[in-house]
Amino acid sequence: MLKAQGHTAAELLTILSARQLCDGQVVFAGVGIPLLAATLAQRLRCPGLTILFEGGVIGAFIEPGKLPPSTNDQRCTIRANMVLGSAEVLLLLQRGYVDLGFMGGAQIDQYGNLNSSFIGDPRNPKTRLPGTGGGNDIASLAKMIVAMKHEKRRFVEHVDFITSPGFLEGGQTRRASGLLAGGMFRVVTDLAVFGFDEEKGRMQVISLNPGVTREQLQDNTGFALEFATHPGVTEPPTDHELKVLRELDPEQLYIA
Amino acid sequence: MSIVKDRAAGLSPPTYLELREELSRRDRSLREKVVSLEEAASFVRDGDSVGIGGSTMSRTPMGMIWALIRAGRKGLSCSRSITSSDGDLLLASGVCDHIITSWFSQSILWGVSKVMRHHVETGKARFDEWSHMAIGMRFRAGAMGLPFMPIRSMLGSDVLKQRPEAKEIECPFTGEKLLLVPALNPDVALIHVQRCDAYGNAQMDGLQFMDIDLAMAANKVILTTERIVSNDQIRRAPDATKIPFFAVDAVVELPFGCAPHECYGIYEPMLRHMEYYVGLVNKEPVQGMEQYLQKFIYGPKSWSDFLDLIGVDELLEAARAGQSLYDA
Repeated sequence: MLKAQGHTAAELLTILSARQLCDGQVVFAGVGIPLLAATLAQRLRCPGLTILFEGGVIGAFIEPGKLPPSTNDQRCTIRANMVLGSAEVLLLLQRGYVDLGFMGGAQIDQYGNLNSSFIGDPRNPKTRLPGTGGGNDIASLAKMIVAMKHEKRRFVEHVDFITSPGFLEGGQTRRASGLLAGGMFRVVTDLAVFGFDEEKGRMQVISLNPGVTREQLQDNTGFALEFATHPGVTEPPTDHELKVLRELDPEQLYIA
Repeated sequence: MSIVKDRAAGLSPPTYLELREELSRRDRSLREKVVSLEEAASFVRDGDSVGIGGSTMSRTPMGMIWALIRAGRKGLSCSRSITSSDGDLLLASGVCDHIITSWFSQSILWGVSKVMRHHVETGKARFDEWSHMAIGMRFRAGAMGLPFMPIRSMLGSDVLKQRPEAKEIECPFTGEKLLLVPALNPDVALIHVQRCDAYGNAQMDGLQFMDIDLAMAANKVILTTERIVSNDQIRRAPDATKIPFFAVDAVVELPFGCAPHECYGIYEPMLRHMEYYVGLVNKEPVQGMEQYLQKFIYGPKSWSDFLDLIGVDELLEAARAGQSLYDA
């Protein structure tokens, strides 16, 4: 993975996405970088951040060095406020208790639709991927942050298959499909941080990561980029952020 | 496709009276129902739809699945919240050719399961994908004796386009779009718990996943349990009982019954064995799997013989880590 200024791309992703979270929020986190970033935010700035996992956990406090291999393992429950059924925790999204959904992604398009089901034609796929898990539920029902590696093959004009909905075909198409709440809020990559145009529902650059040029970003993206009026430059990870992150994942389960 | 398969897929759900009729035929009296693992396997018939408890690598009824493979069951249609290496084994052994789940791979730690890919991409097996909540609401509808539950996810996605069994409607009260997901009432549910009594009063610790709905939805429930306790012990903490005895048809005492997966508060996953397994089958999804099946499934004389192959060091390590949950 890309090394830049003494940290891995996964570390950068984790730190930048952790910065998107605020104290007091209720966050539904997927496994991998989202779980790690939410835990990092909790340690750094947001002691009152409530983390939910689809295995049925409310208020997780993951222990350093004891990262769970999935969000359905007993390690997710350590010092939590409550454990409950997996359907029950997912229903909290539907009821509206969750401020932010937070997921990784394999492939994303200009409208923030995510694919984790098929590469190629779904009727005769080149690769059958594992599928949605709770991803579709989270993306259908909550405001979303996605953290993912930035590669041209992952940032495409149209995903091969919409597993977890963003703004579908843009404009009002998400709402018209019956998805009345939620939608994409941020996409954080190792190259930039993106928001979404309110009218069009299309991805736009709100800040470039340190050392990344517009041209470089465009070269690594499979659709024409739009930039916010005054895109900024992301603050690089601080030593303190990196130190705390490495304490959380000493075995480099997710940050390698 | 058979009626059973259609039913499992939600294409031809049973009528309410058929569902009631099946339940009324079960012996729901307070009786002892402890059987051997091999006897329990005979409760599952070829072609059955089978609901599997737990999620991913947690409280998976691996021992029961191991026994079904050894018994040579065929044509099962299996549903689970999230499917891990249990699904690999079910497909590769020829026991099952249809998986209904929300996510299917060994674990995010090891990327995409080559065994799942091999069977699904070549059309040997069918993998019906639903959202995680949809699977839960399908079991819940089944548990409630209703033909469907309405949900607000899956709408607008391609996941829905692949599932004609789900129906979009306009809510008669609000006019909003909703999705109706059909009830899932498996012929048999396989559930592993920490403890139960000889009648089948089952106590589950920690994450319960969808197991209560699954048990109440199924037409038959086989419990495997870390240990069988007395009915007196159950009665001392009835609030910890999550599945009532009258929903249960067979009880098998099976220590380390989720190995190499985990059982909450008792042992964590045996990750060295899992890594060995994943290395073998993801390198060679056919030959590697054949090797694994021969050595670990068909080879051992008994479940304890299988545990012996995993090794006492690894079992103890997993148990120490599992029990340390209560130190935090």
